[in-house]
Amino acid sequence: METLNEWAFVGVFFAIAWVFPALPIIGAWLVRPRKPNALKRQTYESGVETVGDTWVQFRVQYYIYGLVFLIFDVEMIFLFPWAVAYEKLDWFAYGAGFLFIFLLTDALIYAWRKRALEWV
Amino acid sequence: MTGCVDIINTLAPCLVRAGWNADLANLLSLLLGVVIVATVPLLTVILLIWIERKFAARIQDRIGPNRVGPYGLLQSLADALKMLTKEDITPSGADRLLFNLAPIITFATVVLIWAIIPFTPLHIGADLSIGILYFVAVGSIGAVKVMVGGWSSNNKYALLGAFRTIALIVSYEVPMILALLVPVLMAGSMGMQDITRAQGGMWFIVVSPLAAIIFFVANLAETGRSPFDLLEAESELIAGYNIEYSGFKFGMFMAGEFMHVFTVAVLTAVLFLGGWWGPFVDQFPALGFIWLGLKTAVVYLFMLLIRNTVPRFRIDQVMNINWKFMVPLSILLILLQSFLLRLIGELGLRPAPEQANDLLANIPQTVVLLAGNLVLGAIIMHLLQRHGRTLREADEALAAVQGAGPGGLAEA
Repeated sequence: METLNEWAFVGVFFAIAWVFPALPIIGAWLVRPRKPNALKRQTYESGVETVGDTWVQFRVQYYIYGLVFLIFDVEMIFLFPWAVAYEKLDWFAYGAGFLFIFLLTDALIYAWRKRALEWV
Repeated sequence: MTGCVDIINTLAPCLVRAGWNADLANLLSLLLGVVIVATVPLLTVILLIWIERKFAARIQDRIGPNRVGPYGLLQSLADALKMLTKEDITPSGADRLLFNLAPIITFATVVLIWAIIPFTPLHIGADLSIGILYFVAVGSIGAVKVMVGGWSSNNKYALLGAFRTIALIVSYEVPMILALLVPVLMAGSMGMQDITRAQGGMWFIVVSPLAAIIFFVANLAETGRSPFDLLEAESELIAGYNIEYSGFKFGMFMAGEFMHVFTVAVLTAVLFLGGWWGPFVDQFPALGFIWLGLKTAVVYLFMLLIRNTVPRFRIDQVMNINWKFMVPLSILLILLQSFLLRLIGELGLRPAPEQANDLLANIPQTVVLLAGNLVLGAIIMHLLQRHGRTLREADEALAAVQGAGPGGLAEA
């Protein structure tokens, strides 16, 4: 059964999980050789010198996928309580869930028809 | 419940009886639990790398690591030692704080998932009532680490790789979450122990093979393994978002990735293959650890097999597979599964609570749900085949017009 202890566990876990990967990195920082020079620190671009700024504007396609994902992700969270309480639901609540999923599908079809899912 | 097996769960009361302060005893047992749970994946990853390299070597007609230790078992340790002594280069113009943070996030987020893995009926890090939600939430940080690593490197390859990876990871999260709804529906709970317990009569992979397949494939994409390894794409992007990393930071990315694959295998085993269920687990709860390990090994080896035999998809193909195939399929699956469950409830085919762990009592319900899954799968396969034929015919028609051979440049 869930107690406050379970959440305390997660809390301690969150605090400690960072230590595991940080320790070897700090250990490596202590023992590794340090001989940087300008040539070494160049960003790697197949041996060619970098031209222009790296942090540029990116394709709009990624942004559209991000939007579609956001819609689905947020809406799907609402389905979990519905699924948990499923056995106890009456037909009306069941139908409401059905309608909700239907609207989700509608959003997908809309995005599809609007060619938001094409990789251009 | 043998005393020595259960020492982790009963440590705090023991210490209190021995005259300790209750809070201190509680904290100590908490810390011990955390360290034990977090060490399990850490130790397995060392072995996993060896297994993976040996497996890949066999498939590629090589021998694989065989120099360090018996059968090369200590190769991973040797590699770790080597990485410790490697020079660590930070590219000029990189965002230093984020650059150093990314490998730590990578590793930590995978370790965090282990808090909710039920090892045996008695042993679980934290049996949260929203275990599934916790997994989804922590798993989503995986997208952040890619962006942090790729953006802060000040490298165009890294940035391109990061963009692709984010698009891939967030896209495949949609069918994954939808597939997760099926075990939740069946178990009526989001807690990992409850979901495992609900599989006492029948594993969920039998009840809903489609959900298991969707979850598995989506997670394959999340881990960025072939055939979804276009975030690494050695030949085009060199290594993707971790191109500028060297030394132990690179090692952390690699270890995190190996561990992620293993974590996915464990989760598949827990959610769909019955977790710790197995013979004699009622009498000896600790046996559950072995059953879970065996099931995980099967899933893991299957993942290795896929990784080493299937070629890579192109980015538009990956996106199309997700949004135009997996997402609609998983929505249909949820609708079908919930409808059939309701039907089963109305017809009285659902096993009584006291019979829930009885195989025979579960059969009527399983037959209905499995049949629904198979019909849906057959229809989808048929539609796919028809679509494929249309594409091929259009391809051939275009090739005939252009006078080129089949398999021309057409990408209908």
